[in-house]
Amino acid sequence: MLLEIRDLHARVEDKAILKGVNLTIRAGEIHAVMGRNGSGKSTLSKVLAGHPAYAVTAGSVHFRGEDLLALEPEVRARTGVFLGFQYPVEIPGVSNLEFLRVATNARRQAKGEEELDTFAFEDLVRERLALVQMDPAFLDRSVNEGFSGGEKKRNEILQMALLDPLVAILDETDSGLDIDALRIVASGVNQLAGPDNATLLITHYQRLLESITPDYVHVMAAGRILRTGGKELALELESRGYDWVDEELAALELA
Amino acid sequence: MATASALLDWRDRLLTALPPPSGSLASVQQRGRLALAALPLPHGRQEAWRFTDLAPLADLPPQPAADNPAPIDLPEPTPGVLRLLIPAGTPGGDPLEGVALPPGLSRLSPLEVEQALGHTLGATGCEHDWPVELNHAAAASVLALRVAGRARVNLELVIQAAPGLQAHRLLLILEEKAQLELSQQQQAVPGALCSLVVEAHLGRGASLMHGLVALGDPQAAFLAHLAVEQEPESNLQLVCATGQWGVSRLEPHLHQVDGTARSVLRGLQLVDGHQLADTHSRIRFSGPEGQLDQIHKVVAAGFGRSVFNGSVQVPRAAQRTEASQISRALLLSDRARIDTKPELEIVADDVRCAHGATVTSLQQDELFYLQSRGIGHAQAANLLKRAFCEEVLRELPAPARAWKPLDSLLAER
Repeated sequence: MLLEIRDLHARVEDKAILKGVNLTIRAGEIHAVMGRNGSGKSTLSKVLAGHPAYAVTAGSVHFRGEDLLALEPEVRARTGVFLGFQYPVEIPGVSNLEFLRVATNARRQAKGEEELDTFAFEDLVRERLALVQMDPAFLDRSVNEGFSGGEKKRNEILQMALLDPLVAILDETDSGLDIDALRIVASGVNQLAGPDNATLLITHYQRLLESITPDYVHVMAAGRILRTGGKELALELESRGYDWVDEELAALELA
Repeated sequence: MATASALLDWRDRLLTALPPPSGSLASVQQRGRLALAALPLPHGRQEAWRFTDLAPLADLPPQPAADNPAPIDLPEPTPGVLRLLIPAGTPGGDPLEGVALPPGLSRLSPLEVEQALGHTLGATGCEHDWPVELNHAAAASVLALRVAGRARVNLELVIQAAPGLQAHRLLLILEEKAQLELSQQQQAVPGALCSLVVEAHLGRGASLMHGLVALGDPQAAFLAHLAVEQEPESNLQLVCATGQWGVSRLEPHLHQVDGTARSVLRGLQLVDGHQLADTHSRIRFSGPEGQLDQIHKVVAAGFGRSVFNGSVQVPRAAQRTEASQISRALLLSDRARIDTKPELEIVADDVRCAHGATVTSLQQDELFYLQSRGIGHAQAANLLKRAFCEEVLRELPAPARAWKPLDSLLAER
């Protein structure tokens, strides 16, 4: 068992967003969480990564048996939880290469591996760049500064490839990508997925799931998981839309 | 804490302690001392000194600095750059003695100095400012240089420091199309009052890239005026970084005499503890199609206090001026204080003048992004602070960067 989320409630400022999320993720699995805007998908990802603006009000999250919520964001990352951002942050003045190296070494240290010096790291990063077909010129720039949407997302997957996470949560990694960029990003995710790690894809559209086949699809609405199924659930959503969700929610409210 | 009357007493003791006027600047010294005795001390009721209290000067020795520069670790000189060491004290040696000047660089004759000295201070309207009169009263000599020809001249000035008042003066004449890259390092020791007055005249098409790094001490003060006149088609890039001074006041005064020149100003000032840093910049466009690109940045921590006042004057003659002034402050403590004021006087109607000012703390989203990659909060905050400063420091000329200004200014203690 990698990640176990039980009855998770969270709020941002005074607004309750998560209202009892239950989800269990095992090694080797790929999960997709789908839902409309405002259903709480992105909040779930930020709460798992430890964003300070979100407060957990009830429930628990265990990562390999350990209380994840008790850990600082940087400790979560070092122990193997990775969040691919929907909107990667631009940080002018911080060199992308230096950022990637510091981050990689923080994770390596936690794994008991030795830190990489500048030269060893350059070798590693160049090898991983191929995975996302990224131009090495982006290493010399500031973190995400002036990157196009597609370049930012490739940079996220590059970070994932370097940090070698146990649980990778990818928040709308497909949004804003053209078909070529989507294919590259999806192929990166597929190559990184293995028997010892797990992936949680958060997405609005079924499109990404044509390239990455999930073991489970969850539909989220009003801050909880309304229904769970196999990959066919995504296709059903695509053909029926999300209107039925309202009906089920209304039925739940009545009950 | 020193008071206003203590500062008056300090001034009187200083005037008494100064040696009799002598040397090539004797008459300037004479006039400066008379002015200093007559001028009121800067005080908070004057708009230009509203937030800046010079009272801490009274804690510094009221006497000229002795010629005993503190030993300093110099980085290797940058190849192709002439480095001049300027001793702290008066009278000080001649920094050009025995030095072979590179092609294009020469010393101004005494007659030329007499004709040119003070001209740019007058043209930029700051010749009677209190810090300038203080410099007049005490400066024993002027380093007066001409740059001519097409070859770029690379010069590095290292100004050493000693306890007491040290007044340095620099006069630069850049002939038509001449190019000078000047890196200036101002050092400090406890008890030092470092006064600097620079005048530069840029001929048509001339280019001056001037980087000034003034690395202070909490028990030292820095008062500097940088006056520049620009003829058409000249280019000025002035990058100034100050930090760790008990009190610092930096005043760049620019005058584009007939427009169509370009001025780029970059400023970075850091305050921590009970330090105060003040930049008052002023640029005046007296002809059409001038350009200004100004960014001023501040990092304020502890009980530090930062002041920025950016005046831009665009009279009717300065049509089609393009000016941009941005002030960005990073507030790292709720006890620190930042005062920032753009002052745009625009009379011409066909101009593009933009200004903006922000005061922020470290951005939560940026911090979280770094933390979510395993970088600890303190290290992430430090990376962001360094990045904020780097945006200015990376514009410094190479010899100034060789001193690793970021590490010294942040002084990670």
